[in-house]
This record gives sequence, C-alpha cells and structure tokens, in this order.
Amino acid sequence: MNFYGVKAIYNFEMSRMRRTLMQSVLSPVISTCLYFVVFGSAIGSRMGDIDNIAYGAYIIPGLVMLSLLMQSISNASFGIYMPKFSGTIYEVLSAPVSYVEVVLGYVGAAATKSVILGLIILATARLFVDYSILHPFWMFSFLVLTAVTFSLFGFIIGIWADGFEKLQIVPMMIVTPLTFLGGTFYSIDMLPEIWQTISLFNPVVYLISGFRWAFYGVSDVHIGISVGMTLLFLGACMSGIWWIFKTGYRLRS
Amino acid sequence: MQPDISVKNLNKVYEGGFQALKNINLEINRGEIFALLGPNGAGKTTMISIICGITNMSSGEVQAAGYDIVKDYRRARETIGLVPQELNTDSFETVWNAVSFSRGLFGKAPNPAHIEKVLKDLSLWDKRNNRIMTLSGGMKRRLMIAKALSHEPRILFLDEPTAGVDVELRRDMWEMVRKLREDEVTIILTTHYIEEAEEMADRIGVIRQGEIILVEDKTQLMSKLGKKELRLQLQNKLDKVPGELVLEPVELSEDGYELIYTFDSQQEQAGVARLLRTLGDIGIDYRDLRTRESSLEEIFVGLVHEPAEG
Repeated sequence: MNFYGVKAIYNFEMSRMRRTLMQSVLSPVISTCLYFVVFGSAIGSRMGDIDNIAYGAYIIPGLVMLSLLMQSISNASFGIYMPKFSGTIYEVLSAPVSYVEVVLGYVGAAATKSVILGLIILATARLFVDYSILHPFWMFSFLVLTAVTFSLFGFIIGIWADGFEKLQIVPMMIVTPLTFLGGTFYSIDMLPEIWQTISLFNPVVYLISGFRWAFYGVSDVHIGISVGMTLLFLGACMSGIWWIFKTGYRLRS
Repeated sequence: MQPDISVKNLNKVYEGGFQALKNINLEINRGEIFALLGPNGAGKTTMISIICGITNMSSGEVQAAGYDIVKDYRRARETIGLVPQELNTDSFETVWNAVSFSRGLFGKAPNPAHIEKVLKDLSLWDKRNNRIMTLSGGMKRRLMIAKALSHEPRILFLDEPTAGVDVELRRDMWEMVRKLREDEVTIILTTHYIEEAEEMADRIGVIRQGEIILVEDKTQLMSKLGKKELRLQLQNKLDKVPGELVLEPVELSEDGYELIYTFDSQQEQAGVARLLRTLGDIGIDYRDLRTRESSLEEIFVGLVHEPAEG
C-alpha cells in the first residue's frame, strides 16, 4: 500500500477545497439557506404537516441530500477531470500507485468535503428550523455512504468527460431533476398513484427516504430497501471504476 | 551487469491500427546517458510513455531497474523520474507543494531537506512559495525537473527538456545532467537539439517510423558514420576538376580556387594520401588545406532520410 501516495492525492484535493472555499462551501450553504427561507419559512408556514412533521423540518433531509449529491459529483468529477485537462495526470499514471489508491485519494477527499458540507448545512438549518435526529448513527452512516457513492459516480463522470460541458451535463440534466422529483419537498404518498410507481424508478427516492427515516423515523419506502438500493448503486459505481482502470478507458491509451 | 532499462520485442499499435513502435529491442546501462534521436512522430515519446506507465504496450517486455513494468509496476515506477515534453503544471499550487506532492505520490516519506536541495540546485529556492502560474516558462521547466527528482529516482527520462529554453538555462541543465551522472543516475534523453546529444550522451539511439535503426556509442557513431571533408585552397584557379581526379569524390568550389574532397573517417589516410600524391603528380599547387568532421546533426539527417527497408 502506497500510503504516502494516497495521502499526497488526498491532501492535494483538500487544499484545492481550501483554495476554493467560496465555491466549495459557501455557495452551497447560501443556496440551501435560500431554500430554507423560501420553502421552509415563507411557503412552509402555510403548508400543513407531513407525517406529523412540520414542513420546514420535513424538507431538511432532502435539502441536505440535494447538496450532498451535487457536491459529491462536482468535487470528484472536477478532482479527476482537472489533471486530465491540464495534463498533470501523467504524474499519477506514472506513479507507483494502484487504482484503488488513486480512487481512495480522489474519492476520499471528495467524500470528506461533501460530508463536511452536509454537516455545515445541517448546522445552518438549525438557525431556521427546529428539528431532531432520531437515529444519529444511521443519519451519519447515510451521509457518508451517499457521499462516497456519489463521489465515485462523480469520479466516473470526470473520467468520461472530455470537455467542461459534459462535466456539467449529468449533474444538471439528470441528478438535479431526479433529486427534485425524489421527494425533497414532498412525500411521494402525496403523488397520484401512477406517479408514485414511476417515482420508485428514481434512485434518489431511496436515498432521501432513508435519510429522512434517520431523522424522523418516517419514510416513503422501507429503510432496508433504501440501504439496499444505496449499496447497489455503490456496487455499480465501484464496478464502473474497476472497468475504467482495467481497460484504461480515457486514461491510458 | 544487468541493464537499468531493458526493452524486448516492444510493439505499440494504437486504436485505429497505427503502429507507433515496431519490435523495439533496447538495453540501457546503469549510469549512462542515452540520447534517443528521431524526427517528430518517430515514436520517442510513445516509448518513454510505455516505460513510465502512461501508455499501455501492445506486446513485449520492459524492465526498469530489473523490475517488470507490468507485473512489478510499483517497484519499477519507484525508480523512475519523468520530465515530460509539455509544461503540465498545477497553476494554483506553490512550487514547494507541487514538488512535495510528487515525492509523496511516488511513495516516499516527506524529506524537506531533499526538496530544499533539489530546489536550490535548480535555482528555484527563492520561488518556493510562489504559485506556479507566476513562473516564467524556463522556471516551469526547472520545476518539472524538480518534481521528477523529488523522489530520488535512479532512472531519469528527459523528454526534450530544453525545448524552448534559453541558452543559459540549457547550459545549466547540461550541468545538472552531468552532476546526476556522477550520482550514477541513468538518463534517457530525447532531443531535437543534436548538439545536446553530441555534448552529453554516451550512447545514441536513432528511431525512425517506430523502429530503432541504430544504437551506437557516440564517438564510435561519429567516427563510423561521420564524413570528413578536406578543403584545398589552390594556388591557381581551375576551370574544372582535373581528369585524373574525376573518379574521386572531389568537387570544385564555385570560384574555382578550392578543391573539396569528401571521405569516410575510416578511409581517411589512404584516400587523402592518394589525392595529395595525384595533385603533386599533375602539378597542382595548393596554399592551404583544412579538414572538417561532419557533426552528429549531419549524420542524423543522413540516417533518417535514408529510405526505410521493406
């Protein structure tokens, strides 16, 4: 195990985050605050409770998940795309590091940033809404698991992308709609039956549902299914990365 | 003695069918400076990229410091430092962090004293806290070398290290390469500046269209393939080459005051003696004579322009 190699990549990525603190942390925190102000306070005060939870508190898990997904993908995809773009990837490819170590460095740093960000958003939410966390261990586990899974997904996007447009297209065109339609602002029970069924094909439903269960003990789908689906996606991402390094896809010609 | 780099039957075919390397066999010894010459697109960078692990080979076997670069890639890569052709740097990082990053990436524990020495040797110490984006092109080139030396490699690849740098920096780099050789670092250099190879290399390999067409000790290469030229300044003007010399490789200068005799270095003595004797016999006097040896550049141009076999 090249411990120093993993540490070098990890520290390099974390220092990139420190350099871009405004973009990495402040920007998502501010946008989440805006959601709380608009949906939590302004509109939420006129909304009824959902599953006996005040609307402002109900949307917290979904909003944290929204930022977590977007930032995990963005951090990890930028982390590996930038060396490809600038050409400095040659150094990683020629270094005595295995692909597991490369992924540990890049994805580890991206997931760390996302978890820190998730916790900051949770702390910020407290300024606007009163909420409690019924299962703190599961809440943190879901936070870490989701951050790792979507950082892996971001890493794949970063490898796949051969331009900045592609880097943005998956988060903007796929992940954002799936998150908005995945029950961030509502319970899928509130949808017509046909849309409830369609929603079950949206993987983000399971993430938000599971995360919300950790907070309030209520969920759209059973917690076991949520964990299972998250692990399934994690497995799919790991397989994708294994394939990338095995074939050298867009890394080694 | 086991070679530091051993390349056996190496082939590289890119997707699309282009064969960049054709059955390359090459051995480079510990502590030698090996210059790889070849025109653009000949396969120099592809070969270096394969040995360093950046590009996959199609077939063949490569060892670095005795370790197979595929099966034992960690140990092989630990021994190698690479200075690539392009100035690829992380613009926002500081010089110190960038060099320290490289050392860590290659699995070495932090050693600030070594990083300091490398930066001082390359005149980068004063710039250690500067962001890379603020460095000049020459400084960036030095930084690339510092990164490659950060993990104390025993094999160093310099892929056109002096492309686009000024004369002073080029001299500095040559000096640095000589110092590295004193520490028994094996150096593989590709360059377009033939004078660079001529100045520094122990052996020279020439690659053309993906094939190594020649590997030779530099001095032997120059004596074997080098042409010599004997110029005789004549006492009296000639209108044409005298009939007695038409079978010899002799030309007359435009002004008619100089006879130019071109010969292979190895045939030197017999040919020159015969020529001078003939001139004496036919009564042509000369005021002065001088010889000139062809440079490596002329040898190189001659080699790469020969038609490929097959």
